[in-house]
Amino acid sequence: MTRSNKNIIEHDHNHDGIDRRGFLKCMAWAGTGAFCVIQGGVLKSYSLSRLSEIGPSEAAGELSFVQISDSHMGFNKPANPDVVGTLKAAVDKINALSRAPEFLLHTGDISHLSKPEEFDTVDQILKNAAPKDAFFVPGEHDVLNDDGKSFRDRYAKNAKGDGWYSFDKKGVHFVGLVNVMNLKPGGLGTLGHEQLEWLEDDVKHLKHSTPIVVFAHIPLWSVYPEWGWGTEDSAQALSYLKKFGSVTVLNGHIHQTMQKVEGNVTFHTACSTAFPQPQPGKAPSPGPMKVPDDQLRGVLGITDVNHVQGQHGLAVIDSSLA
Amino acid sequence: MSRSVSICSLAAAAAFLFVGVFGATKPVSATVPQAPASTAEVKIDNFSFGPQTLTVAVGTTVTWINRDDIPHTVVSNNGVFKSKVLDTDDKFSYTFSKAGDYQYFCSIHPKMTGKVVAQ
Repeated sequence: MTRSNKNIIEHDHNHDGIDRRGFLKCMAWAGTGAFCVIQGGVLKSYSLSRLSEIGPSEAAGELSFVQISDSHMGFNKPANPDVVGTLKAAVDKINALSRAPEFLLHTGDISHLSKPEEFDTVDQILKNAAPKDAFFVPGEHDVLNDDGKSFRDRYAKNAKGDGWYSFDKKGVHFVGLVNVMNLKPGGLGTLGHEQLEWLEDDVKHLKHSTPIVVFAHIPLWSVYPEWGWGTEDSAQALSYLKKFGSVTVLNGHIHQTMQKVEGNVTFHTACSTAFPQPQPGKAPSPGPMKVPDDQLRGVLGITDVNHVQGQHGLAVIDSSLA
Repeated sequence: MSRSVSICSLAAAAAFLFVGVFGATKPVSATVPQAPASTAEVKIDNFSFGPQTLTVAVGTTVTWINRDDIPHTVVSNNGVFKSKVLDTDDKFSYTFSKAGDYQYFCSIHPKMTGKVVAQ
């Protein structure tokens, strides 16, 4: 891969392809040909149209997993009247990967209205995915009626508090956080004191060289607070992760891919498998964006993440459903 | 809004006066026109409440209707009222029987806030 995409790196102070100070962002409308590469061992991102350019050594690693997000099962408006079909297409995409990913992460808004039948449908579809292991964190649409009890009963039985937990896979420490509960009037996503205390304790004894992957629904960085796209107390959470050499944060919620690098932390949001949302501030509201039918699958997608043991980095690859 | 509400109240008072004065000599039938209860509407659209601040007379029933293609809720900041999840075209009503300022928000999209002033 090259680092020639000058649209992405604006201030390459360290000549390592990473803009550490400024707002390094990549608006990758998957399927439109836009893609970003951050080298220096931290993060790589490819859209589907570039997958063929990735050699086998880059595609394979000690650990690979996929992220899907915002399935909104039950949504049936014009922006995408067939969310079942597009989720199935995402699963087909996952199953077409040359090497089956170890597991699947879903970063929330599994359902549209927290209905049991919506969760059932998603579960049925995901049964056909090659990775048999799946990990979930709730979106605000998954905890509408019962403060998330039915979500936890189904997807996070052994979790703490409102549904947060951590696990280790091949030397990588994964942390699933919940930032969609107890939202305050006028506010953003919230982690809350209890969860923050748990997180501090959870990572306290880990070696600094342990790669960390944090996943949560609402972005843990300020994407666009005017639309509620951020988490109020995320800075506190990230302060506990400062000591680690490699931290990757995976979020959903905003239905588009975006990336940002800040020091050792790479932030990444995934596309929705259901419908796209407008770029920050580019519409009167963050409601579903209607795109022509033949373009819809180009703005929906999955994220495929590889971890190569012995390196700090995680490679994040975005694929559209086109 | 407040002007039309007070005219309504006046009409209601007049109707009761009529019944009070003349009703005694004539049995009051079920067909005697009742003054309509005051109502008002807040439209939810484009991730906002409209009007964002609504002033009503005490006793008014306010109905929120979700015209967005995303579900929303109507939740009072201090727990006075709380709707279920409102999908597209769903409604929620609350009658403001006490004067006061009622701040509320959408608990799914907390950037959405509104206020009802009952006076």
